[in-house]
Amino acid sequence: MSREQRLARVFVELADTLIAEFDVIDLMQTLADRSVELLHADAAGLMLADQRGRLRVIASSEEAAQLLEIFELQNSEGPCLDCFLSGQPVVNLEAETMQTRWPNFWPRCAAAGYRSVHALPMRLRDEVIGAINLFSHSASKMSTDDMVVGQAFADVATIGLLQERAVQEKPMLAEQLQSAHNSRVIVEQARGVLAERAGVSVDQAFTTMRTYARTNGLGLTSVASQVIDGSLDGGELQPT
Amino acid sequence: MARERAQQILTDLKESSQSSDPSLPQRLLEACAAALPVTGAGLLVMTNTGPGAILAATDGPARVMEELQFTLGEGPCIEATRSGRPVLQPDLAATAPSRWPGFAAGALDAGIGAIFAFPLQVGGIRVGVLDLYRNRPGPLADPDLAEALDFADAATTVLLHLQAQNGPDGVVTLLEDRNEVHQATGMISVQTGLGLADALLLLRAHSYAEERGILDVSRDVVSRIMSFAVRGRLQE
Repeated sequence: MSREQRLARVFVELADTLIAEFDVIDLMQTLADRSVELLHADAAGLMLADQRGRLRVIASSEEAAQLLEIFELQNSEGPCLDCFLSGQPVVNLEAETMQTRWPNFWPRCAAAGYRSVHALPMRLRDEVIGAINLFSHSASKMSTDDMVVGQAFADVATIGLLQERAVQEKPMLAEQLQSAHNSRVIVEQARGVLAERAGVSVDQAFTTMRTYARTNGLGLTSVASQVIDGSLDGGELQPT
Repeated sequence: MARERAQQILTDLKESSQSSDPSLPQRLLEACAAALPVTGAGLLVMTNTGPGAILAATDGPARVMEELQFTLGEGPCIEATRSGRPVLQPDLAATAPSRWPGFAAGALDAGIGAIFAFPLQVGGIRVGVLDLYRNRPGPLADPDLAEALDFADAATTVLLHLQAQNGPDGVVTLLEDRNEVHQATGMISVQTGLGLADALLLLRAHSYAEERGILDVSRDVVSRIMSFAVRGRLQE
């Protein structure tokens, strides 16, 4: 399949998440996964601002503790923070530049085997609400095409976040951002609950919940809530 | 930044505490109302079935605001806790009558012009709502919104501790917001048969007792190096 064909499929898939029972975490997760697939990245994550100057991971293509630490570190320095503060893409920097600019962040990336890292802003009008972060094991540059696609993903993430209810003004954005962060926590707690009940890993539990949500046209967060309150348990949710 | 501010709020409350002082929730509310351009504030405890109790309120209208919601079962704070998102109503007269007719009539009568309700929650753990009100309409500016969210974080921590049946006494520190901690909380709740709130407090108490970071302990739980179920049986 050509890249254009794959892209077309991804956008149909994304449109689908906006039509079915919408779930912001599921959309963000899809974007993280597809970013890896289509943007020559080995790992990708989306970070959202919490309106208090702090960036939090809302979705990540992998759960390695090392990678999560790298995301967290960017509350002090790193491409996501720079991208968030400037509203501009932070891409294609030379290793020496990254070493100088991010003396704590960059060595951690290098230790985790990453040779290049990029960030693209999620913007709503004048406001930057987060960033997509891409990591690659090779010292690769983003092409202009990659950047166009990556920025389209970032824009879809922003639209999706605001789509849940029509957002005309800032208070609504504030409501959406807080809600998205709390949904993430619900999903994480449910992963733990299901992992323990089913005797599987938290990664497996996540896949199980996502598959169940997709298959049944439900939102991931509502499935997670049902796992937590026990209305959805082992019977319906067999790990695949 | 955010976490430091919320922790600072808790530390200030603890340091200024005297035995004759009002309760911690009451002092938190007073500090909140003083720090923000609001007229008053209220704190509701929520249970799984709805509003549980009015824990604290700063003045007349704040108490009316909470009692109305408590009695009618409708209003911004009920909606905030049900939906898990803040409900910001900068102009109550314009928006509330169609959304919450009973509540709006009483609240407007009491002289309330704007309400900002913040759910106090950690994912599926919903402990209450922090309600701020203003006697005149008008939105919260960004820095004030940020400050309100920090007070909401501080209030969440305080309420969790109040609900704890056997939490560590006097240790009110902010919750660690990391994926592994939330996953471990879910696992521990199944291992022990406790609710998520108690599971989280158990995790914190254990980390504290062992003088380890809660993230470290959480990772051990997630990777199944450690189980609270096994610990329970060994202790018996």
